[in-house]
Amino acid sequence: MSSKIVNEFTINIATVNGSGSASSNTILAKSIFRMGVMVSPKNLFPSNIAGMPTWFLVRVSEKQYLARSGTTEVFVAMNAATAEKDIKTLLPGGVLFIDEALPQAKSHGRDDITVFAVPFAKIAKGFAPDVRLRKLLANMVYVGVLTEMLSLDQGVVNKVIEDQFGSKQKVIKLNQDVVAAGIAFAKENFDSSQCRYAVEARDQTAGKILIEGNEAAALGCLMGGCTFVGWYPITPSSSVCEGLIDLFKKYRVDKETGEHRYAAVQAEDELASLGQVLGAGWAGARAMTATSGPGISLMGEFAGFGYFAEIPGVVFDIQRAGPSTGLPTRTQQGDISMCRSLSHGDTEHILLIPAGPEEIYEFSRRAFDFAERFQTLIFVLSDLDQGMNLLTSERLEYPVDDFDRGKVLDKEALEKVGEFSRYKDVDGDGVPYRTLPGTRHPLAPYFTRGSGHDENANYTEDPEVHTAMVDRLKRKIDGAIAFTPKPTIVGDPSGKVGIIHYGSTRYAVTEARHRLEAEGIQMRSMRIRSVPLHDEVIEFVRDCDVIYMVEQNRDGQMADLLIVKAPALAAKVKKILYYGGMPMSAQPIVDAVMSSVKEFVHA
Amino acid sequence: MPDSAAKTNRVGLEKKDYSGSKSTLCIGCGHDQITRHIIAAAFESGIDPYNVVKTSGIGCSSKTPAYFIDKGFSINSVHGRMPSVATGANAVNKHLVTIGVSGDGDTASIGMGQFCHVVRRNVNMVYIIENNGVYGLTKGQFSATSEEGSLKKGGEVNPFDHMDMCTLALDMGCSFVARSFSGDAKQMVNLIRAGLSHDGLAVIDCISPCVTFNNLPGSTKGFQWLREHNVSLHEVGFVAPYEAEEVDQKPGEEVSVGMPDGSHIRLHALSEKDYDPTSFHAARQMLERDRSDPDHVYTGLIYYKQDSHTHDQVLQLGDKPLSLLNEKELRPRQADFEALIDTFH
Repeated sequence: MSSKIVNEFTINIATVNGSGSASSNTILAKSIFRMGVMVSPKNLFPSNIAGMPTWFLVRVSEKQYLARSGTTEVFVAMNAATAEKDIKTLLPGGVLFIDEALPQAKSHGRDDITVFAVPFAKIAKGFAPDVRLRKLLANMVYVGVLTEMLSLDQGVVNKVIEDQFGSKQKVIKLNQDVVAAGIAFAKENFDSSQCRYAVEARDQTAGKILIEGNEAAALGCLMGGCTFVGWYPITPSSSVCEGLIDLFKKYRVDKETGEHRYAAVQAEDELASLGQVLGAGWAGARAMTATSGPGISLMGEFAGFGYFAEIPGVVFDIQRAGPSTGLPTRTQQGDISMCRSLSHGDTEHILLIPAGPEEIYEFSRRAFDFAERFQTLIFVLSDLDQGMNLLTSERLEYPVDDFDRGKVLDKEALEKVGEFSRYKDVDGDGVPYRTLPGTRHPLAPYFTRGSGHDENANYTEDPEVHTAMVDRLKRKIDGAIAFTPKPTIVGDPSGKVGIIHYGSTRYAVTEARHRLEAEGIQMRSMRIRSVPLHDEVIEFVRDCDVIYMVEQNRDGQMADLLIVKAPALAAKVKKILYYGGMPMSAQPIVDAVMSSVKEFVHA
Repeated sequence: MPDSAAKTNRVGLEKKDYSGSKSTLCIGCGHDQITRHIIAAAFESGIDPYNVVKTSGIGCSSKTPAYFIDKGFSINSVHGRMPSVATGANAVNKHLVTIGVSGDGDTASIGMGQFCHVVRRNVNMVYIIENNGVYGLTKGQFSATSEEGSLKKGGEVNPFDHMDMCTLALDMGCSFVARSFSGDAKQMVNLIRAGLSHDGLAVIDCISPCVTFNNLPGSTKGFQWLREHNVSLHEVGFVAPYEAEEVDQKPGEEVSVGMPDGSHIRLHALSEKDYDPTSFHAARQMLERDRSDPDHVYTGLIYYKQDSHTHDQVLQLGDKPLSLLNEKELRPRQADFEALIDTFH
């Protein structure tokens, strides 16, 4: 076999869900990461607990491309149900490691791949008489085989196993022994030079971390001073709240008194979870909930209440593929339109749209500042792809700034100013002052309602008062644009081909842009990070000859927002839409741009 | 009960300090009676009005928090969802005194789920259901608490059996369940006072006639029906620790139920000589009898259990409200944070 392909390939591991492959897969990905090479693991799992097929992708990329590659170079086939189809996806020249018990081990129908049949169960059997444990250990056998065949550093793998299982010495030893057995088997039976792919140590990940977006969100909430969580379990958002509650238990329980500096309530449904958040936010806590599309749908009425009664709160939408129940364990960016105007009447919300762990952490933290500064709900839109998959990230930084608690008048402040009207635009920025329940001052109490109200929070049906009230709300949300994250722009400033994207498509767009630039297409790329849209977005469109909007939804929901803001530029906007539920890869973007760009770019 | 001649209560406030804005409900509405009972109870119990949180949903009943204790903070939320809002607010500051006002449409239909769950969580609040058997604000549709065969304006007969919120609350584990009638001032005021002293969720299902849409002689939630069919289980007295004991002492059967704050509910037997509201089985039997006996409406303290475990206790909340915690109290120290981030490498 000729020279190896080093640090640029994708491993795909096909197992049955419930077989306990998650820790083995994480160990594999993390070992490569610890060897200093960029990795991007993606778990493609079913909406099911046991018995359905699942795939775990580990893209190894020294070029630092972290999107789904869309190809498979190394395949580990553990699932009889999918093996036949899986094997067909392997790239020519690819390498297949297959459970020898599968019929496809003997007859796989490919003469352009290298096949290694491994007796996973037999190797594992020596370590565990118990059938269940043996099944788990079979997954560690492939870690061992791949360690040998891809030239991973066994010392690193062993250290990762140690870190994974913490203080459980017996478990650590057992897993390390099984990996060693996998290595020994491969050494004895296979010629590793026949495997075209290899990992070589680099120093790309020094100082970096590997973290799921939902974990970063939970950390952001912790550091952002969130004290109240009202939530209802739903894939793929549950790990935001569960992760946060774990952090609360670790850092928010008074060691002497046992008292909690947080409250977390698992609600009866998403309506109640947002109701709790609004109750807590009204009472002065920094409150959040996390859900996904179906939960957001249920929250509609309360979202309008929060907007109109001007109550702070943070709602995480970890988007999944809709409509309806849709594909609960697949990704999409289909909730932009819904979140933007969730609820009836002229309701509008501020959306923060982070991409990658650092931004998810940062925006999650700052969402509480924005919520209290603007006394409204802040929607943080992430998605399953970046929420539930491990992503390579810079270290998350300890915050240097204090909380922005917004315009709250306490007893002393009321004494000083001598007047208070809950909904009066005192400062001309559309943001009124508020007081918190329990404030012992005659000026403090007010009556919060979702019905029509005047500046003093009294009921009114007066058309002029109501018009002024909703106009002020408009000014308030528009004014927030000066504070919310502006779009970022990268690429050739003179490029006339522009890409606009947001959220987790960041990785696919970066790779696509590099590939297109290699084809001689000078490109600029803008990533939107919040809605309402900044004027910079319009300027960017104006500066380009053609704009490709890259979105993971069918209708181009962000493009719609853009075109509403700048209808005259609509003709420039082309849509690249990918919405089947898989994490986006660079290919559809490259293909779409290549196939049409010639019409717009003249030599 | 304080001397009715006394102008100020134990915190030095007059009754008018517990008033609210003028009611906009129909003249004679039962809800306005309840508003007066809430004012009287808060005054007599010397509640700090600034510490009061009033929560409500949507409907005629849910408007009433505007009509009492305007020194308190009020949140009139969305239809049927008052319990979740109260749950959130209550968790932030356990010292707030939460009074929830809802109606039969708000609680028994659109909000039944949230009602069940706020009972299950035992949020420390008084939950008053102003129950008139009809949707008033939408002009007179039967509600789920209206008895089968009841008549409403226009003579329409309700074809469905009713839901009983006291039975539901009891089944959900509620530790304070009462039924009352807006026209029985003494009973209602003392039940509210007891509810305010109770550690946990106190449900008071108060029949509160709608004079406009559901007050025919054959309306089973109407004034005439209640006057003719209301059976008080007992005379309800309430004595706070700081109040003189001589009040309400009457000869005959009397049960005194102690509360954690040193208050006592004094029940002077009337119709039911041996009724024991601390017995779950007695309460269950009473509610079954109430349901199977359309000629009587039994009111009084149905059930009381002292050892309730409130939501703020379950949440292990400290004295300092969550709203007042600062960066230092909420963020881990930097060294701890960095150590945590290290685990992600």
